[in-house]
Amino acid sequence: MRKKKVGLIVNPIAGMGGRVGLKGTDGLETLKKAIELGAKPWAEDRAKEALKQLVHLKNKIELITYPKQMGEYTAISCCFSPKVIGTLSGSMTAAEDTKRAAREMRDLGVDLPLFVGGDGTARDIYDAIDEDLVVLGIPAGVKIYSAVYAATPTRAGELAALYLEGKIREVIEAEVMDIDEEKFREGKLSGGLYGYLRIPFQRGYLPGAKSPTSVSERYNQEEIAAEVIENMSDEYYYIIGPGTTTKAIMKRLNLDYCLLGVDLVYKKKLVGKDLNEATLLEKIRKKAKIIVTSIGGQGYIFGRGNQQISPRVIKEVGKDNINIVATKRKIEALHGRPLLVDTGDEELDKQLSGYYRVTVGYGEEIIYKVIYP
Amino acid sequence: MTMETNREAEVRGFHEAKWDEPIIFELSRKGERGISIPEVEKEIEEYVGDGVSVLPENMIRKKPPALPEIAQPRVVRHYLRLSQETLGADINVDIGQGTCTMKYNPKINDVLACSPKVTELHPLQNESTVQGALEIMYKLDLFLREISGFSRFTFQPGGGSHAIFTVASIIRAHHELNGEGDKRDEIITTLLSHPSNAAAPAVKGYKMITIYPNEDGLPDIEALKTAVSERTAGLIVTNPEDTAIFNPRIAEFTKIVHEVGGLCAYDQANANGIIGIVRAVDCGFDLGFFNLHKTFSSPHGCGGPAVGAVGVTEKLVDFLPVPIVDFNGEKYYLNYNVPHTIGKVREFYGVFPVALRAYAWIRSLGAEGIKEVARVAVLNNNYVMKKILKEVKGASVSFPKTKHRIEQVRYSWEQLMKDTGVTTEDVIRRMADFGFHLWTSHHPWIVPQPFTIEPTESYSKDELDEYIAALKKVTEEAYKNPKKVKNAPYRSAIHKIDPSPLNDPEKWAITWRAYLKKRKNWDE
Repeated sequence: MRKKKVGLIVNPIAGMGGRVGLKGTDGLETLKKAIELGAKPWAEDRAKEALKQLVHLKNKIELITYPKQMGEYTAISCCFSPKVIGTLSGSMTAAEDTKRAAREMRDLGVDLPLFVGGDGTARDIYDAIDEDLVVLGIPAGVKIYSAVYAATPTRAGELAALYLEGKIREVIEAEVMDIDEEKFREGKLSGGLYGYLRIPFQRGYLPGAKSPTSVSERYNQEEIAAEVIENMSDEYYYIIGPGTTTKAIMKRLNLDYCLLGVDLVYKKKLVGKDLNEATLLEKIRKKAKIIVTSIGGQGYIFGRGNQQISPRVIKEVGKDNINIVATKRKIEALHGRPLLVDTGDEELDKQLSGYYRVTVGYGEEIIYKVIYP
Repeated sequence: MTMETNREAEVRGFHEAKWDEPIIFELSRKGERGISIPEVEKEIEEYVGDGVSVLPENMIRKKPPALPEIAQPRVVRHYLRLSQETLGADINVDIGQGTCTMKYNPKINDVLACSPKVTELHPLQNESTVQGALEIMYKLDLFLREISGFSRFTFQPGGGSHAIFTVASIIRAHHELNGEGDKRDEIITTLLSHPSNAAAPAVKGYKMITIYPNEDGLPDIEALKTAVSERTAGLIVTNPEDTAIFNPRIAEFTKIVHEVGGLCAYDQANANGIIGIVRAVDCGFDLGFFNLHKTFSSPHGCGGPAVGAVGVTEKLVDFLPVPIVDFNGEKYYLNYNVPHTIGKVREFYGVFPVALRAYAWIRSLGAEGIKEVARVAVLNNNYVMKKILKEVKGASVSFPKTKHRIEQVRYSWEQLMKDTGVTTEDVIRRMADFGFHLWTSHHPWIVPQPFTIEPTESYSKDELDEYIAALKKVTEEAYKNPKKVKNAPYRSAIHKIDPSPLNDPEKWAITWRAYLKKRKNWDE
């Protein structure tokens, strides 16, 4: 049997800001500040915890990594003899190194690149290899919003081992979130959906995805799409928000779409793709409905990743014409917590709070609470 | 592995048999037969015909069915081997299969049900020759009316989900008669009701609306108010729910649904904690059902033989499936004269041996004894809950703000998982090493890492203590050496199973034929 190739990419500066209260280490200036404040790298420790879970597979896998603190040191300290590729651009590794490492690993046919970092690292991986490979994140960031990371480094290692040994095969598309660290440091949480990475799935190993599901995510999305389409009326324009669940509707209608953007549909035909607030308002000529899903693990239906559906658009459409769709896995992962709105217009948020019918399957709805934080 | 016998140990030793036993279809050998059926004697054939030519041509198979061909002794060995690889209700303290009411079924009732007087009955026998059997069914109906407050029961449905399907059929027939059949296309249930409350009406074509619990674990009444409309056909709920939290506002729930013209149905499949204490009609329900194979003494599980006894209030009697067993003051008879009947949901009038066991069980207990069942079931449950929370590290109870639980508890291993990485499934596999069955819980898992324990009235304190001692041992191992639990089981027939094919319609197969068909497309 061919040895499975496992990649290891450590973002050595990930998480350093958190220890000194900086909420992230995006940007060199912040990093310098973090070091001045006495931040020590901890990504390597996190990587070790994960890698320890793979030691029993040492003879069955080939570990491929980048030089020095980007993986080589970790691998050696866990008694692996890694194949080290690439070169570092400088003493302080940058996003470019992460991206280059990911691309080189893809070209080498790595089966499962593991990356250690936070939201920024996930974005770099996504930029480099999109959904070409199955990957898995080992969490080392300050506050992680992306769903591509396992619950803990140990869980990451265990999940990777299960996947490499062929004990689990299910792969899901997990969200990479784009949180603006600048604003976050100012105490404002703003951000969006950046893209999706494919990760192995097993109940109990991912945060916010702890619950199992008896139907796979994809089939659940297809049945939701079938339900929505069956109830579409030619009287309405349909504003289709971002996310894989909502875009399953576009796929089923055989329409072109923008995964991370807002599309507009009328009489089951595409009116506009990737629209913003102004173009949405301009194109809608009569009654409209908004179809949204919750973005990210916190359960936001407005204000995260779909800001194009602005307070003006929502007011124009009206609360009664909001149709929330969500897979059962997404709802279960909330463990009973309500869905959230944060449109930036507090008065509107207040109005939007209450109970909604949420479409969770074909002929299946739940009554779920929406609140504003 | 050798294992010393140690009667002093708190947790007993156990080792399951393991056979490399193929699936029965793989055992088939062409031409092999279990029973050699003699040729029909000429005189008989002349009298009754050959038995085949009377059938219409299009009903006669061109090819014989692809059934396994196996000699009798090999069949016996096959199933005995499989039986050694299970942890059945009569071999372990079966309290870990919460919500399923795995209680002890007195063997005397099996003896009655297995008597030739019962097994030799034929459902097409003339009524005059089965008066005793009909009397038992009629009187069982009377007993269940007393317990529930309903006006009439049918025993036709062959199980709990089938009973829910029957309930949904009656709800539809009722609205159709009122000219609202098409308009009322939604049925409401709650998340922590039994999942079949949502599944069976969906088969009937209903759109399902599910109410989530509030933070106390109770169905959110405000959500119900959002859910009801002129499209509401009915409400089908379990109470206490699968968490064993009893909804004290249930009468308000049924009132809200009645106000919009819907009917209310009570899933009392598991009535073990409230039997003789709470009556369905007093909560405002129009119809409902009991699983005779859960609460009333028939063995439960593996798809029957079973009875989901559906009861209705007076206004719905005319919709019941036919026939119903009736009495005209002189004799018992099968009554087909039900004006708006939904027809049949199954052949004949129900699984008689199951009805007989239920009848015998009720008679042996009497009214006070039945109440005692509920009281002891609740007492056992609360004893186990207190002990688990006190002694088993890493376990917690869901919705802790709500103190009272009826007959079972939905617990969580969330803390254990956080502390050790050991999941509910890991604990389950390790429990099997001590000869105990444990399962997770119905989906969806809004309670993280769930498990549900239902002690019923059947087990002694010593047995409950032994079960808890095993849980304790497993969690102690988890805190000391999580790998030990994660790699379990060590003494069971089957190790870990990859569940992912269950999520893949290309992989799963519920028949041998489907398996052979799909197998061709698998990569490996």
